[in-house]
Amino acid sequence: MSGGSDGTLRRTLSALRHDPPAVAGTVVLLLLLVVGVAGRWLAPAGVNDVDVDQMLRPPSLDHPFGTDELGRDVLSRVLVAARVSLEVGLVSVGIALLVGVTVGLLAGWYRGWVDNVLMRGMDVLFAFPVLLLAVAIVAVLGPGLVTAMVAIGVVYTPIFARVTRAGVLSVREQVFVRAAVSIGASDARIIRRHVLPNIAAPLIVQTSLSLAFAILSEAALSFLGLGVQPPDPAWGRMLYDGRGFVTEAWWLGVFPGAAIFLTVLAFNLVGDALRDVLDPRQLTVSEANRSRA
Amino acid sequence: MSSTPPPAAGVAGTGPAAGDADAPVLAIEDLTVTIGTRRGPARAVAGVDWSVRAGQTLALVGESGSGKSMTVLAATGLAPRAARVTGRVRLLGEELTALPEPRRRQLRGRHVGFVFQDPMTSLNPVLTVGRQVSEACEEHLGMTRRQARDRAVELLDLVGIPLPGRRVEEYPHQFSGGMRQRVVIAMALACEPALLIADEPTTALDVTTQAQIVELVADLRRRLGTAVVWITHDLGVVAGVADTVAVMYGGRIVERGDVDAVFDAPAHPYTRALLAARPDPQHAGGDLPAIAGAPPSPLDLPPGCAFWPRCPVRGDARCEHELPPLVPVAPGHEVRTFCPGGEDA
Amino acid sequence: MSTGPSHAAGEPLAELDDLRVWFPAGGGVQVRAVDGVSLTVRRGETLGLVGESGSGKSTTGLALLRLVDPTSGHVRVGGRDVTRWSRRRLRGLRRRVAMVFQDPQASLDPRRTIGASVAEPLVVHRLVDSAQARGRRVAELLELVGLRADLAGRHPHELSGGQRQRVGIARALAGEPDLIVLDEPIASLDLSVQAQIMNLLRALQRDLGLTYLFIAHDLAAVEHMSDRIAVMYLGRIVETGTPAQLYRQPAHPYTAALLSAVPVADPKVERRRRRIILSGDVPSPVDPPGGCRFRTRCPQARPDCVEVDPVLVEVAAGQRAACLYAGEAVRAMRGGPA
Repeated sequence: MSGGSDGTLRRTLSALRHDPPAVAGTVVLLLLLVVGVAGRWLAPAGVNDVDVDQMLRPPSLDHPFGTDELGRDVLSRVLVAARVSLEVGLVSVGIALLVGVTVGLLAGWYRGWVDNVLMRGMDVLFAFPVLLLAVAIVAVLGPGLVTAMVAIGVVYTPIFARVTRAGVLSVREQVFVRAAVSIGASDARIIRRHVLPNIAAPLIVQTSLSLAFAILSEAALSFLGLGVQPPDPAWGRMLYDGRGFVTEAWWLGVFPGAAIFLTVLAFNLVGDALRDVLDPRQLTVSEANRSRA
Repeated sequence: MSSTPPPAAGVAGTGPAAGDADAPVLAIEDLTVTIGTRRGPARAVAGVDWSVRAGQTLALVGESGSGKSMTVLAATGLAPRAARVTGRVRLLGEELTALPEPRRRQLRGRHVGFVFQDPMTSLNPVLTVGRQVSEACEEHLGMTRRQARDRAVELLDLVGIPLPGRRVEEYPHQFSGGMRQRVVIAMALACEPALLIADEPTTALDVTTQAQIVELVADLRRRLGTAVVWITHDLGVVAGVADTVAVMYGGRIVERGDVDAVFDAPAHPYTRALLAARPDPQHAGGDLPAIAGAPPSPLDLPPGCAFWPRCPVRGDARCEHELPPLVPVAPGHEVRTFCPGGEDA
Repeated sequence: MSTGPSHAAGEPLAELDDLRVWFPAGGGVQVRAVDGVSLTVRRGETLGLVGESGSGKSTTGLALLRLVDPTSGHVRVGGRDVTRWSRRRLRGLRRRVAMVFQDPQASLDPRRTIGASVAEPLVVHRLVDSAQARGRRVAELLELVGLRADLAGRHPHELSGGQRQRVGIARALAGEPDLIVLDEPIASLDLSVQAQIMNLLRALQRDLGLTYLFIAHDLAAVEHMSDRIAVMYLGRIVETGTPAQLYRQPAHPYTAALLSAVPVADPKVERRRRRIILSGDVPSPVDPPGGCRFRTRCPQARPDCVEVDPVLVEVAAGQRAACLYAGEAVRAMRGGPA
């Protein structure tokens, strides 16, 4: 993007630095990224190393998160599963972003029947409870990682479409957009150069919040047995598998649960902070003050 | 013109300006406002003095950043939180700066009426205009709902709104821009204030509507004896409404005096340049004698005369480095410049 | 034509012919923003278009770039009828006709540099073939409007209001247009800056042979800038003429009222003057009054003003007014009892 975004980026970063929850969230996310990329090498044991002598052992020095009913190391499985969660989150939100933003741009820019058709479609998707829709999609396409990604992507598409459309509707009324039309710029150029950069802020916020929900949804799907298939580890699946041992082996549920909790919390903290910093009204006020001063 | 109805009973009396008619309703002395910003302190107003008496209109003229609005906001205790205000402000003889905020608020609410630029943002869209006009009467005059409603009808009638008995039940969006500004004026007059502060009240209005509002305020001032402080950037409006004028630039008064004196013999190069830069229907054609540059930022004021960088006279190094004092050039006409009069003419 | 414009105006450059622009306003009603406007802008002249809010003056300006869709009537630019042109073809039109907007802050994309904004017409119409050429042209344009070329790297919020409006003018000049629609170009500027911008616009017109449609509510500015003036009220042109004609001998009561409402920066004149205060407000353009549209506020309205919708008729050489009692009504307003 152009230099204006650099200014925004710099301001955003400096504002985030002074927000302790956002710093904590960012640190957790960075750790998660490292684990997601390098989990396989960080893991002390193989995810599917079955050891019948070490079944359902509580946390110890050898197995800091304990072992499961097949004697597998829970820490290793939690670390490796981070990759799945991240992948599902990024790919599904990527799908939602791509489709949702396209739909929102078309609907908001062209309005009229285009808007009606597209947004009523989005409304239909939006009307379903998130999980029910995902389950229905998985039921049609069959369970698995890719299906889970597609299902979650579809579920979060309407949110992006709505955020985008709302942004486009307000930006298209700005005088600078009319100015671009008045010099003969094409629709594609106006959307790319003037509209998108000016609606980036709410989209960034929505992306970080949606990542949290997507990871939660993946966990839920896996919990229901509709996501990642055994023996591959996934946090939701591990939670599901551990539910039978709640009384005798609490570590089976607690550690993957904590991983989900921390990840979702981190994305939410960063998302909320971004929302505060990138709030267009705040930007407008500070910019107005600066121009007045 | 006489499209406004005669004063309704109970409205015609002069406000609470008891006693000496010559005592100022509002007097400010050495008022200075510094606002903390991210880029350092901004000196919005510096050492401003003026006063306004009952039945008089003082026009504060200036461009954006001149400090004209901030002067009045600070004087009435409405400056933003980040502002540090020093100086003395007397409202009806009471020293406002010495009072605790609740008492100050009470005095302000009772004796000062405000009219701002955009009537729509001054009105609450979900309340009837009647409720809004009479709210102050309930608050400060202890009226009942019923009395307050009657008073609202009276006030709407006073400001020339037709069918006030019916319109009192309507909402702001049902009024046109000019009529909304009349409602705001009615609100401002609800407690028979001694002082009316009008901050660019006609800037958002069309010129024919502006003429209506100018006439209305002039008429109300005559009939009610209200003191008026009219803030504007429009020299034409000043000529039409003011008894005395204070021209502000860079947070200071650069020239003030009787309206005729200032317009007949503008002494400050800025005042002269402003008057000359207006297109004049009598002398069409040719370039306008424009003032170069832009008004200074309150964050970055020149050490000497604030107008020096743009001044067509461009005196000597003294203008650049030394602040000229506000000195009389004629009785009741003062100017802050080392180069008074038409030396450049 | 002794009272005509001082310099001979060229051939018609842009024409509006009985133009109507109605906008749907919900509930099946139509806002008649422009309701039967015919006007001609001649090459090399400045045509001033003056009116209050709701008069349709801005919509009229937008129609010249076909930024609004006419409900009926014709828009001709450079002899070609562009009323039904496709979106694609209109992009070419918008190189020939440019626009400067009221609020220079709002009309510049806050996230793009000054240079990018000024260069946009060059890019859109492929007028330069390299980044270097574009940079040179942007520098040239900035200097043309009195700005330093190194401002190209700045963002709009780093400039003053007057500088921003100069940027808006530089952008309008980039495509080397024949006609520039100036929509209230000085209204949101500080008083001391307005004169600079008016001088700049006049100098550019002299040097580049530009044609202007100058839209404003400020009569004094319009008078100063224009060779001819058209006064609009409620979607119609009510009077046209030279500035001198309209100032000395307005024939339409609305023109006279507008003139009398403009404050003069002279307290003695202000005290002496008799303002013609119009009663009430401009009626809704959804349901304009039948007959003469001004009759509901006209101090001189007579019974047949309700019946007859007046057309523009010549009252002096080059001056036309749409009033059944053109001239006479104004004399009565000015001389008669208030």
